[in-house]
Amino acid sequence: MSDRVNVTVDGIAVEVEPGTTILQACEEAGVEIPRFCYHERLSVAGNCRMCLVEVEKAPKPVASCAMPVAPDMVVNTQSDSVKSAREGVMEFLLINHPLDCPICDQGGECDLQDQALGYGVDSSRFKDNKRAVEEKEMGPLVKTVMTRCIHCTRCVRFATEVAGVPEIGAIGRGEDMEITTYLEASLESEMSGNVIDLCPVGALTSKPYAFTARPWELRKTETIDAMDAVGSNIRVDVRGREVMRILPRDNEAINEEWLSDKSRFVWDGLNTQRLDRPYLRVDDKLQATDWPNAFDAIVARIEAGSGQVAALAGDLVCTEGQFALKSLMEKLGSPHLDCRQDGAKLSGPRANYLFNTGIAGIEDADALLLIGTNPRLEAAVLNARIRKRWMAGDFPIAAIGQPTDLTYDAEFIGAGPQTLAELVEGRHGFADVLSKAERPMLILGQGALARSDGAGIFAQALALADKTNMILEGWNGFNVLHTAAGRVGGMDVGFLPGEGGRDRNGIIEGCKSGDISTVILYGADEIDRAELGGAFVIYVGSHGDRGAHGADVILPAAAYTEKQAIFVNTEGRAQMSERAAFPPGDAREDWKIFRALSDHLGATLEFDTVDALRAVMFELTPHLARLDELVSAGEPEKPVANVTELDAAAFAPALTDYYFTNPIARASATMAACAEAKRERAKAIGGTGTDG
Amino acid sequence: MSVRRLYDKQPDSFAFTPENMDWSAIQIAKYPAGRQASAVLPLLWQAQRQGGGWLSEPAIRFVADMLDMPYMRALEVATFYSMFNLSPVGEYFVQLCGTTPCWLRGADDLKAVCRRQIGEPGDISEDGKLSWIEVECLGACVNAPMVQVNDDFYEDLTADTFERLLEDLRHGRNVMTGPQNGRQASAPEGGPTVLKGDM
Repeated sequence: MSDRVNVTVDGIAVEVEPGTTILQACEEAGVEIPRFCYHERLSVAGNCRMCLVEVEKAPKPVASCAMPVAPDMVVNTQSDSVKSAREGVMEFLLINHPLDCPICDQGGECDLQDQALGYGVDSSRFKDNKRAVEEKEMGPLVKTVMTRCIHCTRCVRFATEVAGVPEIGAIGRGEDMEITTYLEASLESEMSGNVIDLCPVGALTSKPYAFTARPWELRKTETIDAMDAVGSNIRVDVRGREVMRILPRDNEAINEEWLSDKSRFVWDGLNTQRLDRPYLRVDDKLQATDWPNAFDAIVARIEAGSGQVAALAGDLVCTEGQFALKSLMEKLGSPHLDCRQDGAKLSGPRANYLFNTGIAGIEDADALLLIGTNPRLEAAVLNARIRKRWMAGDFPIAAIGQPTDLTYDAEFIGAGPQTLAELVEGRHGFADVLSKAERPMLILGQGALARSDGAGIFAQALALADKTNMILEGWNGFNVLHTAAGRVGGMDVGFLPGEGGRDRNGIIEGCKSGDISTVILYGADEIDRAELGGAFVIYVGSHGDRGAHGADVILPAAAYTEKQAIFVNTEGRAQMSERAAFPPGDAREDWKIFRALSDHLGATLEFDTVDALRAVMFELTPHLARLDELVSAGEPEKPVANVTELDAAAFAPALTDYYFTNPIARASATMAACAEAKRERAKAIGGTGTDG
Repeated sequence: MSVRRLYDKQPDSFAFTPENMDWSAIQIAKYPAGRQASAVLPLLWQAQRQGGGWLSEPAIRFVADMLDMPYMRALEVATFYSMFNLSPVGEYFVQLCGTTPCWLRGADDLKAVCRRQIGEPGDISEDGKLSWIEVECLGACVNAPMVQVNDDFYEDLTADTFERLLEDLRHGRNVMTGPQNGRQASAPEGGPTVLKGDM
């Protein structure tokens, strides 16, 4: 293009868009500029001065992060004057920065440490005492050592711009400037852990990880998160066989570089409450046993049972495991299986249950309707994307559901199906907004689907999408937001009632009536044991939680960090997780358990390796083989299920407690501390809080 | 400058008087719609006035709510500007200039008076009438040394005249603002020195 600007950086000519900053132009030229305050996903502050460069004809060094390029600019980043300017900045930064690297958790991955190596001097010319700052309380996740703070304000900008909770600020000024939250309240955000990554020094560090490990002694595994259905890309750091921490990885299409608090801090739950050997209920007490005994007990029971076998899959389970169990059920001749343990009325082609717009696609939308969903809790990272779009302006958002603070302005236009019906009939003003928008989208949450009239609500939402032209050539604005990482994978492999099969509610009915005598709960912990009546319950999962407590046989399986498995996120993007650690004790990978069980039941599955399993699975569902790709699912179709009368009741939230949504989170002491902090905060509201 | 913190004993609540509400509405109206937060400085200032010369935490919250801005943002403003007092002051709040011109002209003597009559900087006298702090240049160097008490300047002070001034304030007697040595504003001491003849 002709209007691009030519810039020379250290003799390398680059052509960049006008408005690009010098720093970005330098990166284009492959020249790295040191920086502390600048961050590509936050607004430019320009206050650390570390990125000084020399620009020809400029009288003094220029802060490259804040200065846009001009045509034919000649930038020099390697001259003596640049080096001495940066050394000067570094010297000032180090006046007050403590020399406590040996006891600082940031040590080894600290921007200041790294850059001091290049621009620091070996001794200080300052004789005065260093400044000391009191620690600031920021809740159970973020540990503060504010003496180390260099006032880059990244955390302040993150909280205000990305997280949408403007609770961190800088009080005082000059040397006395301090970063704190209002009255030192804990952060009311599901994204607060990200300030730890953003902090270039050791001022904000991870409280649960404090003093436990050094970065160079950890084995890093790049894998996929399973705490929500977003499929955030994570890196799991392990020492020995213990997970020490979880960090986000960059993925522009999904989580950018953010991670929700539950995904980041749940790791202590991976080390507690683990099922490390099979258990068998003897005399109403669960007793440890070994695999052959456990299998024998199952075989004996199934052979003796009068009723049929049913299977329910839970929230954290992988696609391979669900496929293996589904294949086993087919071999056993039972059509009674369901992966929708919350009872969501989802069925039909893929487009009916996917987030069709894609997470990155939110940024192209120009109007949004939320139906029975609170994305802030159900998919915090996705919510940050909605907020990002909202911050860009001209993005009307309306929501049907219980009013809550979503971190952006959403007009709560109603609470239940009635409002949705009004929109379909065009009796509500927001229908016009959607009709006039070029790329409108709606997000249908599990709160609207997991009810008896869910199919009717689905049909209504689809009708609205049709009416307001949400589904066009090249744009699909019809979205279902899942809360469970395993759900889309389960739907994809068809872990659903077969011909004449019972769904989740049907299985529960069957257990009560005795038609179903055996239930396999595959990681399904959200079902009350009492509802399963006298059925024989086989629990296959990783944690001793609700499901295991009521089980007759427990088969220990691997958690999401302990297996190489495919997880399909809410967009329908298949991603492969990697094994960061081995499952504890006798626990085995899920598919192996079902393969072994099939052998004992005389219904041997025809795959012996995970590759063979995948070969069969990919043949039936080819899109799963296209890892990391967003495969278009086409257009959603009106479900054939008979639509019942809509219930006027308001949509209930899909999640009641963000910190306790699954067995791993419930086993985590950190999540418990977060929930406690939230309760404390709610009690103290009026004294703090920004939304009253 | 020193680290500025909120006072440890805070009132339970704060609300503007009806007059101040009206006054605030006028201030807010000066800014374009949606930019109401720009009125934070005048409103905090008025809150400080109404609160007896200092800003309490409920007052900061009240102003933030009024302007629909996060509490943190209002607290940042309140802690940034040294003219906002975050702890109680005396009924007469003495800001004593200690910058070079006043210091050369005897500001140290005035400080000694304050220490004797009131106490250390920030202390409030036992009767609650007086408190003092040292501030940077108030821009009245021609009349050095000087102090500001509440809204008024008192200039050309000596230890004696300053002592008397504090006594008068303490007892509620009328005092004259401006130079305390008979000088007219910043005109030459002892009357005009030029342009005295017939024109």
